[in-house]
Amino acid sequence: MDALDRHIINGLQGGFPISERPYAEAAADLGIEEAELLDRLRRLTEDRLLSRFGPMYHAERIGGALTLAAMAVPEGRFEQVAELVNAKPEVAHNYARDHRLNMWFVLATEKPERIAEVIADIEAETGLAVHDMPKRQEFFVGLRFQA
Amino acid sequence: MTGLDDIDRRIIVATQAGLPLVADPYRAVAEELGLAADEVMRRLRAMLDAGVIRRIGAVPNHYALGYRANGMSVWDVPEADIGDLGARVGALDFVSHCYHRPRHPPQWPYNLFAMVHGRDRDEVARMVARIAALLGPADRGHEILYSTRILKKTGLRLVA
Repeated sequence: MDALDRHIINGLQGGFPISERPYAEAAADLGIEEAELLDRLRRLTEDRLLSRFGPMYHAERIGGALTLAAMAVPEGRFEQVAELVNAKPEVAHNYARDHRLNMWFVLATEKPERIAEVIADIEAETGLAVHDMPKRQEFFVGLRFQA
Repeated sequence: MTGLDDIDRRIIVATQAGLPLVADPYRAVAEELGLAADEVMRRLRAMLDAGVIRRIGAVPNHYALGYRANGMSVWDVPEADIGDLGARVGALDFVSHCYHRPRHPPQWPYNLFAMVHGRDRDEVARMVARIAALLGPADRGHEILYSTRILKKTGLRLVA
């Protein structure tokens, strides 16, 4: 990653135009040529420095539901429970964290009522309590990762 | 948003993993879907205006950029002040997500969640100390939960 890669990553985390030649417009703002920007973006995505380049959608506004859920899983059962939880297609992310509540996962469903059903299934299959922590309010963040 | 129709959903499915890296990406998406390029652009603008699209651009892989430590800082703050406090914490440039969530007493007394990414745990701890200083006496207790392993990460995907 060189200075131009950093310039692209830091400068293009939002505001990409919706137009006939958006890469040409974005390249002009960055002071480079369209072809150079396209080459760099191909390489940055191939090298996984970018997860992707494009629209970031807001799941709830598409009509789906999201929640964050946590469980306290006994150490000896951790892998088995992780397998049961991960097998649910509604589980989008699952992280091990160093806390008594040691498994944290995000449920994403197209129908809001499905959240409670999946939580009930996980509780029945594992015999463990699932703490449902849906967001009540989201605060604006202006984060831009500095490359 | 209830105003999304089948064509919007097809556009979402076609672009959620990224835009084509070609000079005219919206036309490429339109051709793939059998639509006019103007129609695709008009609908994307409407979704951006409605907040269905948060933003369009580069989505960095923060782990690959060297942000190896991910700390979920969780705070017990007075419920009555949480709107103001959350707005101030979210405005800090190192906080990537900030939410008000329900407590689950007695196991879980925390109602404000602020995700912090740093190059290592020391850096995360310094950032969390800045949040604590900002909250002052409103911080009635907090913890940092570091992630130790990603067990699953498929992201949110609509199916075609």
